[in-house]
Amino acid sequence: HGPCQSHEPGYGLHQPGHSPYDDQIPDPKSRMLAIQNAKAYLLKSSTTSGLNLYDHLANMLTKILDEQPTNAVDIIENISKDVKWAQFQKKMDTLRDEHEILPTFEAAEKRKALFLKANGEGDEELEDEIGETPLPNVMETAFYFEQAGIGLSKDESYHIFLALKKLISVQPIQTCRFWGKILGLEMNYIIAEVQYHEGEEEEETEDEEVTEEGGKKRGEVEDEDEEKEKEDEPPKSTYKPPPVIPKEENGTGANKYVYFVCNEPGKPWVKLPPVTPAQIVCARKIKKFFTGRLDAPVVSFPPFPGNEANYLRAQIARISAGTHISPIGFYQFAEEEGDEEEEGGAGRDTYEENPDFQPLSVVEMVDSLTTWVHHVQNILKQGRCVWLNPFQKSEEEEEDEEEEKAEEPDELQQEIGPPLLTPLSEDEGIQNIPAWTAQPSTNLIPQYAVAILQSNRWPGAYAFASGKKFDNIYFGWGHKYSPENHTPALPPPVQAEYPSGPEITETRDPTLEEELAFKAAKEEALAAAEEDDDEEDVEDDEEEDDD
Amino acid sequence: MEAASLPAALELAAGGGAGLSPEKRAVLGASLLLLQRDYRFERVWFWGCIQGVRGSYYIAEGLGHDRAAPRSRLYSLTCVEWSLLPPVTEEMVAQAEQLKGRFQGDPSFEYEHIEINAEDAERLFEDGKEPTIKEEARLVATIEQIDRAVGIIPRRAFVKTPLGSVHENRNFEGLSLTEAKKLSSYFHFTEPFNLKNKTLLEKADLDPSTDFLDSLEHDIPQGSWTVQLEKGDTVVVLRSLLWLGLTFYHVPMTKQYGYIYFGTGEKNFDLPFML
Repeated sequence: HGPCQSHEPGYGLHQPGHSPYDDQIPDPKSRMLAIQNAKAYLLKSSTTSGLNLYDHLANMLTKILDEQPTNAVDIIENISKDVKWAQFQKKMDTLRDEHEILPTFEAAEKRKALFLKANGEGDEELEDEIGETPLPNVMETAFYFEQAGIGLSKDESYHIFLALKKLISVQPIQTCRFWGKILGLEMNYIIAEVQYHEGEEEEETEDEEVTEEGGKKRGEVEDEDEEKEKEDEPPKSTYKPPPVIPKEENGTGANKYVYFVCNEPGKPWVKLPPVTPAQIVCARKIKKFFTGRLDAPVVSFPPFPGNEANYLRAQIARISAGTHISPIGFYQFAEEEGDEEEEGGAGRDTYEENPDFQPLSVVEMVDSLTTWVHHVQNILKQGRCVWLNPFQKSEEEEEDEEEEKAEEPDELQQEIGPPLLTPLSEDEGIQNIPAWTAQPSTNLIPQYAVAILQSNRWPGAYAFASGKKFDNIYFGWGHKYSPENHTPALPPPVQAEYPSGPEITETRDPTLEEELAFKAAKEEALAAAEEDDDEEDVEDDEEEDDD
Repeated sequence: MEAASLPAALELAAGGGAGLSPEKRAVLGASLLLLQRDYRFERVWFWGCIQGVRGSYYIAEGLGHDRAAPRSRLYSLTCVEWSLLPPVTEEMVAQAEQLKGRFQGDPSFEYEHIEINAEDAERLFEDGKEPTIKEEARLVATIEQIDRAVGIIPRRAFVKTPLGSVHENRNFEGLSLTEAKKLSSYFHFTEPFNLKNKTLLEKADLDPSTDFLDSLEHDIPQGSWTVQLEKGDTVVVLRSLLWLGLTFYHVPMTKQYGYIYFGTGEKNFDLPFML
């Protein structure tokens, strides 16, 4: 290439032996420093692309030395562009394609894990498993429902079977049942209904204690603030929120069963929290799709007290209370004395299996609805299964608040719902549609037909009965059927800010006629007064004149 | 879904818990073939099942040479004997839209108290009849509404020939996994509505032989479809939230796809509140 010609840029700058920096770098030490500074500058990463010049030049030179193109200096810019472009290309072997790792492979791994036997199982455990196990026979139930065309594919049922087995091995469970599947927007829920062994339940009082202590501390701080500012406080609100109705104890009423959910068989099971009456009452007023994530917020009006896990639990409670049925006679009340005189006729809430159950024929089960009964307690309007008067105060508080008792409206009437084990014929339909549709699974082979019931109030709830076997299941979106469109609750009326009384009510401004009349009356009075004055003056004058 | 692939298809679309009993499956294999013979259809699709209060209607559709032509629809209460439904008219659709509530399950049931426009009302009153609509008409109008609103196919599954008729695309090998998760890869299999509103720039990107239908992207309200991967991420299942019960399945990178309806035949008017 030779020294710079006059037409090329850089002419005159690089003269051999006369580098522009020569006079600036006299000795080797500072030269080393200069080299290090130069290298540091080259290693600086670009703010736009994240590359640095040093690495880029190194890559370029490596590529040139590897490939040894002819006239490299002429195509140096293209080589530089190619090196930069190569950054974004996958390393493709020209002989063999690299295998793509599809997300399906991960999912397949998880499903395979279901089929592996847990480690360390010896012969003893095998015997235990074959004996009494809380694991329900999901495939058998699926077979009966399949006779009616209801149910998931066999693959999925088997996966759920194995997932339930995993759940049982992890938690101390006494009874377990596949409750059903609720569809969601992003993911679906598979739900298992479970009862713990007695005494094995984890108590969740820790959370409650923490919040109580936090509340007390806040109260103390507020007192201190109040003491400081006792002058001219804004009027205190007289609004008393309605009393919070306590939730039912775990193991009774709406919280009789514990529910576990997972999105897909293979994913870990998550326990749903117990349901509170406020959540049930609110869930009755809203209608929202489930997204599939338990921690998703439920944005609605009236605002739902909780997140999607609570909403899901509330809907499960409503569906169970409305649609879990069994053939009449399968369950009977346990015989106890003194049952019938309980307070307020709350009714019995426990039942046991009837050992002398005689199954009815399928034709009878399908023809009339009196052959089926609800075996889950009905949820009252209050949100509980057993009515509780929220205004009943404990004995300690009664002495302090005797005066207030008279003021509070104690008008709440006890709510009574249909007792346990009521037959389905008592279920009210919607408009002209009966609450249940009963069909045999097949008309062609009546000897082996299965009686199938579909709920019309909760579309997606099914029940079957065949001989001594029966079960309930739910497949759907988790909403109640309503022929009318959903109308959300209106916001409550605006509260009065202050009590109105005569001292603060404004008086009306006088109208024009009233003002004119008042003015005229005033002028008359004034005129009359002037006349009197004139007369008096005249009299005074007269008197003075007389003197 | 295609009658020929019914058993496999039912397994794939069963995520919602709805399906057919073994008896129905067995008889459909035979009766749909006989339908094809009797009515000289080129293709028979098993459309699904509308559940009435006292019985269910099983619906099949027959397609002729041009797959986009109006389809013949048949219903059956037992899947053994099929009856042809009358062709649907706009009037029927308008009347059926006002009906609320479940289907009764009896094809000759008459619904009363329909409001129709003034001219028809006068005409009918002259005849001395109250405006009524039979359940058959409601049935076919509902099927037409569902097909129009939520009947979908994957992109490039059908081609339009220069003569205007529509056929299956024999070169369709399935959507890729990434494409299958996007709503824009699915089209409504009905007269396109939004196509002419696209800008020239967008239209330039379209391929007129395969992109002659509306895609699902611009459906109102947004979010009225759920896209999920089921069975260990091997099947893409789309469910409509506007007509609850419509399930579309597709196995990516294969030719398997189809939609089926199992439901009560009622539109979900509460959708905006529920999202």
